[in-house]
Amino acid sequence: MLTPIIVLTSIALFCGACLTLAARSLPADGDAVVSEIDALLPQTQCAQCGYPGCRPYAQAIADGEAAINRCPPGGDATIAALARLLDRDIIALDADLPPPAPPMLALIDEAQCIGCARCLPACPVDAIIGSHQYSHTVVNALCTGCELCIAPCPVDCISMVPDRRQTA
Amino acid sequence: MTTAATEDLYRLPGGIRLPSFKEQSRGRPIVDIPVPPKLIIPLRQHAGEPAKPIVSVGDHVLTGQRIAEASGSFSAPVHASSSGIVTAIEHRPIADRHRQDAVCIEIETDGEDTRLPDLSPITNPFAETQQTLLAAIEAAGIVGLGGAAFPTVAKLRHAIDTSIDTLVLNGVECEPYISCDDALMCASAADILYGARILLTALDLPHCFVGVESDKPEAWEAFRSAAEIDADDRLQMVRIPTVYPSGGEDQLVYLMTGREVPTGGYPSDVGALVHNVGTAAAVANLALTGMPMISRIVTVTGDGVARPGNYRVRFGTPMADVAAAAGGYTESAKRLIMGGPMTGLALTSDALPVTKASNCLLFTGPAIQTSREPERPCIRCGECARICPVRLQPQQLYRAHQFEQGDTLDALGLIDCIECGCCDLVCPSHIPLTHSFRTAKQQRKLEVYERERASRAKERFEQRRARDEQRAQSESENLRALKDKASRDAIAEILARKQPNKSDDD
Amino acid sequence: MRFEAAITPYLRPTTGVGAMMQEVTLSLVPAIVVYFFFFGFGILFNIVLCIVACVAFEALALMLRKQPVASTLGDFSVILTAVLLALALPTYLPIYVTLIACAAAVLLAKHAYGGIGYNPFNPAMVGYAFVLISFPIEMSSWLPPSLGDIDYVRPSVWERLHYVFTGGWPDSLTLDAVTRATPLDMVRNGMANSEMFAEIRINPIFGDFGGYGWEWLGNFLAVAGFWLLYRGIIRWHIPVAVLAGMLLPATVATMTTSGALPGPGFHLFSGATILAAFFIATDPVSAATSPRGRLIYGFGIGLIAWCIRSFGGYPDGFAFAVLLMNAAVPLIDRFTAPRIMGHER
Repeated sequence: MLTPIIVLTSIALFCGACLTLAARSLPADGDAVVSEIDALLPQTQCAQCGYPGCRPYAQAIADGEAAINRCPPGGDATIAALARLLDRDIIALDADLPPPAPPMLALIDEAQCIGCARCLPACPVDAIIGSHQYSHTVVNALCTGCELCIAPCPVDCISMVPDRRQTA
Repeated sequence: MTTAATEDLYRLPGGIRLPSFKEQSRGRPIVDIPVPPKLIIPLRQHAGEPAKPIVSVGDHVLTGQRIAEASGSFSAPVHASSSGIVTAIEHRPIADRHRQDAVCIEIETDGEDTRLPDLSPITNPFAETQQTLLAAIEAAGIVGLGGAAFPTVAKLRHAIDTSIDTLVLNGVECEPYISCDDALMCASAADILYGARILLTALDLPHCFVGVESDKPEAWEAFRSAAEIDADDRLQMVRIPTVYPSGGEDQLVYLMTGREVPTGGYPSDVGALVHNVGTAAAVANLALTGMPMISRIVTVTGDGVARPGNYRVRFGTPMADVAAAAGGYTESAKRLIMGGPMTGLALTSDALPVTKASNCLLFTGPAIQTSREPERPCIRCGECARICPVRLQPQQLYRAHQFEQGDTLDALGLIDCIECGCCDLVCPSHIPLTHSFRTAKQQRKLEVYERERASRAKERFEQRRARDEQRAQSESENLRALKDKASRDAIAEILARKQPNKSDDD
Repeated sequence: MRFEAAITPYLRPTTGVGAMMQEVTLSLVPAIVVYFFFFGFGILFNIVLCIVACVAFEALALMLRKQPVASTLGDFSVILTAVLLALALPTYLPIYVTLIACAAAVLLAKHAYGGIGYNPFNPAMVGYAFVLISFPIEMSSWLPPSLGDIDYVRPSVWERLHYVFTGGWPDSLTLDAVTRATPLDMVRNGMANSEMFAEIRINPIFGDFGGYGWEWLGNFLAVAGFWLLYRGIIRWHIPVAVLAGMLLPATVATMTTSGALPGPGFHLFSGATILAAFFIATDPVSAATSPRGRLIYGFGIGLIAWCIRSFGGYPDGFAFAVLLMNAAVPLIDRFTAPRIMGHER
């Protein structure tokens, strides 16, 4: 009666010790975690979280520097997914961030555009095409609605319009 | 006209025998509904892009006059169903599963029903070129009358491009309650055959099957008599067993030819083209009278109307006017279903207009309601998979949908679901399977779109960052090279200044 | 005029879960009558006890899970589980054993996984296997059939009830005196003593095929099974496959060992073969779901049960066979999905 108890308990303790040693000493694949976090982010590259893009934010979450509730375009769904991945609590979107908005696209009023090309470097996904002295336009299929192009424009010709292209 | 043997037909992997409920609307002559005082004609009555209006408020239009033109190649024009004054061109609610409203042209009819004077029938369609026939069909706004309302000319053009070899006329009409095609076949079998021959000329094909369901002996007889008068060996009649949903396009192609339409594809991908008998009749009517499509036969049925039957209705007629012409409502009129009891759409208002896609108006009461039992969890009995005509596994699809497993849904063939509703009927747990698959399809489309956008944005962002880094690196290299060069020049200059001193010393 | 909104379909569905379960339960009534005729009133007592216990446990579980009690009980599934469990258990069990079996079936196998539709294991078999392993002596105490020519003391109704409720006997009786080995027990013990099957089966308790009384039970269960097949409540794949899985190896074995191992006739009519083939393995929730998958699933059950009977430690192996194949179902389903129309594979 006693022997099986001792044997099984010893086996369990031994296996537990092996696993703990392995978890501590074998190097974790840090990149894999960052990629997994990045895959859950909406890739808007808008920098509203305070980091210059989604991957830097993912890196910050993995490093423990950033909280998981800093992404307005992702909204509650992204917070829930990150919480599930990282085994953390679900929290509300950070109060000092703007609330999630419906998907928007940038629209350049081509009549107003002076072709200064200041908006091109601002776009994190190169969705604006055009060259100097020629009017520019936003490629709808590539625009993520991050609004980073609005500020650099000297003639204020960029506005945000709702994205209606989702369901045909 | 020859008749094909029923043993040569293939068998659907599923399907179900349904009670027909067609007796109440069959067997009577088709009645023309009088033109209503107001017509509300949607510009989106067909699959594809809605038409663009070419008239303005205040214009006087005549019956058959074009009031909206096709917008692009996947579209169709719209014509005035009766003469009158255009009183509005604005968004109005329409009877559509996916859209609440569309731009509609409202016409206040003048009661005269004056026809367009310069209508030109095609006196000898068999002598015309393919292009002439296609242009005429396109201009007449003919779309498929089986319920899906595909622009007919787009279908024909695609079929010609992909070199089909089989034309099929669909006179199956397998859904309960609906009998408009049956009534049309009994009344105008000769027109349908004439239209079939015109289509054969337009497609340059030698052969056409005409499929008629076995529960329509009068229609079969009508075709036989019409064929005797106007014999044409290119047409072959085929009797289709009465199993729902044999009348679905892909199912009919398989039954007749054994070819399976590939997933996400069309019958023309396997060399076949299917047209509703009503579409063929519309083509014949165009050739005989030159009048574009302005009306269709609608089955008005159910125990919610006093006089069920088949009625010829002008497009744009509000459904309330149709019901009034059919004797008005009885006290059983609790639901209005556009279409049949398996694939139809329950509408909440009878002010909506009849369109090219309205094949049936079913006014019904509690008698044919679904069961009062609550929805229970799926017990994996597998009856739904047994009955599915596409050999899907609805029980697995439902579970994947419940647990939001989008990739599993794709792997299980969600897009192949024809939404026939067979699985709903046999499910002992009364789960609304078809409805959940419709929802899942929409959700999946959105998910895939979002995912593709996100991965594209990520890719471009990474490329952009790599480019910026490279530029920064090469800039700093250039700067360093310049600095190196500058410092070397400076040292060389100092040395040069020092050198003369040295030589001075010597 | 305004109309009601609704979703498709707008026709009455062909059947319902409650009606299905009721019909299956009622089809077992003739078999229960036969059981009573041959083995006494114990089965009726078992059935009532199991039904009451299972319904009570299910109501308790539903209340704890905050689900609607009345409408969920209205699917009658737990009553069918109770009746099958009552047919599987010996009629002579102390009451606590029966209650534990019911609790394991309803609370552990069914509600711990999420209720009907979500249980991966057959609830009746989980209940049966649970008490089979925990109470081996009580679970092998079977009453013999009432054969006129056996020298046997049949306890009275009150003595039986006294045992069930208190686990104790009046002075004149013991458990060994009132129970007998079943035909399967005899085969098991005889094989261990290297006897030929032909020698073992001379005992009159074997009846014509597989056991006097038990084979009549098998007949009536088969009739009930055919009735369900005719009504379309079960489909042919699982019963045929289970019987094939049991009878084909049995035929081969009896021929190659010249009668040392029992033949298909014995296997078909003894123990739980017919009950398992038509009623237990066909539990839709825990079975495979595609037609080919069901054939594999059923064949596996029959084969494993035959192996346990012939070479294993238990006289009858259906409970473990069913549970083992239940565990294999997700894999079977994954590899036997039918080819969708329009797809390559």
